[in-house]
Amino acid sequence: MNTKTVFYITGKIIITVSVLMFLPVITAICYNEIHSLLSFLYVIVGGFAVGFVLTFLCRKKDGVLYAKDGFIVVTLAWIASSVLGAMPFVVSGEIPSFTNAFFETVSGFTTTGASILTNVEAMSKSMLFWRSFTHFIGGMGIIVFVMALIPAVSGRSIHILRAEMPGPTVDKIMPKAKDTAKILYLIYIGLAAAEAIMLLFGGMPLFDSLVHTFGTAGTGGFGIKANSIAGYSNFCQWVIAVFMVIFGINFNVFYLLLIKRTVSAFKSSELWTYLGIIAASTGFICLNIYSTYEKFSDLIRDSFFQVSTIISTTGFSTVDFDKWPTFSKALLLLLMVTGACAGSTAGGIKISRVVLLFKIVLNRLKLLLHPRAVCTVKVDKKTVDPDVVSGVTVYAVLYFVCIIAIFLILCIEKSFDIESNLSATLACFNNIGPGLAIVGPTASYAGYSALSKWVLSVAMLMGRLEIFPILLFLSPSAWKKAG
Amino acid sequence: MNIIISGYGKIGDILIRNLTEEGHNIVVIDKDSYVLTQATNLYDVMCVCGNGADYDTLMNANVKNADIYIAVTGSDELNMLGCFLARKLGAKHTIARIRTPEYNDNNEGFNFLKQQLDLSLVINPEQLAAKELFNILKFPSAVNIEHFARRKFEMVEIILKSDSVLNGMSLIELRKKFSENFLVCVVRRGDTVYIPDGNFRLQAGDKIGLTASPAEIQKLLKKLSILKKKARNIMILGGSRTAYYLSRLLISSGNNVKIIEKDKKRCEVLSSLLPESTVIFGDGANQEVLMEEGLLSMDAFISLTDMDEENILISSFASSHNVSKVISKVNRTALSNLAEKFGLDCIVSPKKMISDVIVRYARALQNTEGSKMETLYKIMDGKAEAVEFVVEDSFNHVNVPLKDLSLKPDTIIGGIIRGRKAIIPSGNDVIMPNDRVIVIVAGQNMDDLSDIIK
Repeated sequence: MNTKTVFYITGKIIITVSVLMFLPVITAICYNEIHSLLSFLYVIVGGFAVGFVLTFLCRKKDGVLYAKDGFIVVTLAWIASSVLGAMPFVVSGEIPSFTNAFFETVSGFTTTGASILTNVEAMSKSMLFWRSFTHFIGGMGIIVFVMALIPAVSGRSIHILRAEMPGPTVDKIMPKAKDTAKILYLIYIGLAAAEAIMLLFGGMPLFDSLVHTFGTAGTGGFGIKANSIAGYSNFCQWVIAVFMVIFGINFNVFYLLLIKRTVSAFKSSELWTYLGIIAASTGFICLNIYSTYEKFSDLIRDSFFQVSTIISTTGFSTVDFDKWPTFSKALLLLLMVTGACAGSTAGGIKISRVVLLFKIVLNRLKLLLHPRAVCTVKVDKKTVDPDVVSGVTVYAVLYFVCIIAIFLILCIEKSFDIESNLSATLACFNNIGPGLAIVGPTASYAGYSALSKWVLSVAMLMGRLEIFPILLFLSPSAWKKAG
Repeated sequence: MNIIISGYGKIGDILIRNLTEEGHNIVVIDKDSYVLTQATNLYDVMCVCGNGADYDTLMNANVKNADIYIAVTGSDELNMLGCFLARKLGAKHTIARIRTPEYNDNNEGFNFLKQQLDLSLVINPEQLAAKELFNILKFPSAVNIEHFARRKFEMVEIILKSDSVLNGMSLIELRKKFSENFLVCVVRRGDTVYIPDGNFRLQAGDKIGLTASPAEIQKLLKKLSILKKKARNIMILGGSRTAYYLSRLLISSGNNVKIIEKDKKRCEVLSSLLPESTVIFGDGANQEVLMEEGLLSMDAFISLTDMDEENILISSFASSHNVSKVISKVNRTALSNLAEKFGLDCIVSPKKMISDVIVRYARALQNTEGSKMETLYKIMDGKAEAVEFVVEDSFNHVNVPLKDLSLKPDTIIGGIIRGRKAIIPSGNDVIMPNDRVIVIVAGQNMDDLSDIIK
């Protein structure tokens, strides 16, 4: 392993995160929160110190990153950012326990939105801002952000992009990784700005609309009110619901629209499957909960909002869906697993993988009927590389193995019921946030023990980085020099 | 610039490496998705899987905004068609590799083809390699030789043997001892390349690059007693296209050529194409064959088989039998470093030559203002560059004595050619408009003459 380059990049990332902490500092100044302001400044100084020492000790001119190093850099960077990001909460004493603060920050960076806070409204504004801002950073990726800013460490930077960007394959949309990262961030920031303006237009205060935009853009879901979005106007609820769907779409689609290749943008079968699933689920849930609503517009809005919040793995809520009938809850649990499109900021297995898995199964069935048949898996009229096919099947198996393992650990710990534990596992692993029963939209993860919180933190990281980087990080052979 | 490269083979690889280092945006097209994965793993490029002459593939590669389309697939016809389509679809310049002798040999036909397809540049690696080999053979004392300003000026690379009189001498002493007008511009020691100053001391094993006019170089080498006599009897191993082009050049200047080829059919083709040469049907890896054909009485031995490894091994056999000039073709960079450890100093890589030509072309395109770049050679195994500029009026340091110019580190002016006169610059010389200036730099890129000034 190329230890020096790996730690050099980690150092750079620590510095970047420290710089980004100046934004909550500004918030603290605006709202006159002296105590939070000082806490942030302490952490920023500490972050700079660690970051500069690391980059200084590990500076080296021609560091080459191999595939293995890419995975390790990504994992290390995410852990380092989470530890650093948790410090303001601990230093200020707003979340005194490190375990809780770490859980909260991991949940922020991985855009999960699972919270251990029982009373959100008691937090200071700047802490709430930072908490939501971690969604925005983590959504597109910390390293992608750093790559857009600093010169490429080496030509092999694709290994880092690949490890951090969700989806079965990573396509560059520009020849250079740096330019690709820049374009993605421009689209990301542009869409977020559009949402913030619409929310302001809908009468939401500036602070609230910024915080909710961060939550939507990163598909995170930290709210600042006990009842999440339910207290805002219907218009704002619609805006957020629609933008949650938008941020669940593959960003390549927006790029193609941007360069006016509309036809190829709308040719993607993943996009249509995604929209189809949303429409169908909304319909089914409407039918299921029809009796409890008086106004049709409320019914549609609530169903659509809940479906889009779960499928895009955001985790806002406008109603307590834990009180919905079992069929609707089961449907939402399924949506947790599928997630949204690859190449978006969402979590879950990703629609494109689900589509591929179904096609693989159909192919297998065909092969059983016609043993001599030659079948290739095709998506968008293009043959899928056999490597990608086997990669997707392996991922699916690994995905369920991880879920089972985490679920079992949670079950050993506490005497919560199966529904809570299973939904907590799914909600964390797929980066959604709220689950059902004890961890439902109105409750929090505060009841879990420290061990469970650590396990769930790892689960969130695994879900965000798509399992492999974390597994490789934990395997001893990745750390051997000759391994 | 936006550059599309069609075909990721050995040439494609070296092109991508050099062009990404120059900072261009590169899209690679290839039919094989497996090799494309390797390309994305190694380089910061975008890949499109498909046929380089297919409309959809070209559109996906954004051919409309491409500045250069380079076709280096294995098939000449595909290259030509790809260039033709790319040009029609909006690529500003097209470069094709065309190497079948039928397309190249007849000048009239070749020009017609180039004109009709609107090709900016045609590269024929084998012909380039043959010309380079021919130049080396004309001047066997040097490891490598590059020409500037239509041969008015040369840069030769020589390796200091352990018995060389230059060992341990500093460059100031060198100047005093030899009256000839020359300049040691660049020295490679181990893996490091130095632009030496007057106090630099030479050591055995150094590879030095010196510039001078051709006549001065001859005199100097005679004094150093490393002047080898011009090769007359030449043995070529492997009857490749390069061997064919080289033999034609050698025969036309009156040398005796013996070609050893292990494919019977190819032997017949060669003997009908080159009736003046001796074509031997035999395996060159068999030392008996080489000895029987008189390896010991040869002035030069050139190994041109398709296998780098075979070339290295057989060449080292030949040089161990004191053949005075041994040249081997080695395409893979990693192997050519290894070959030097085997004691083979003279290594030719056709792939690298092509890359030089294209990099030079791309840089000249980029640099439309300022002084015009005439030639560019990557020297010292790609670690340094020798660039020739024509000084335009826009260069704002004309008529300033060189000692008053503050040059960037690792930069040296190796020569000035004014009219028919070649000047080895001293501190009092000046650069004047319309001069040709030869600049040698290590570890950086030069686009314009002004780049040498701090």
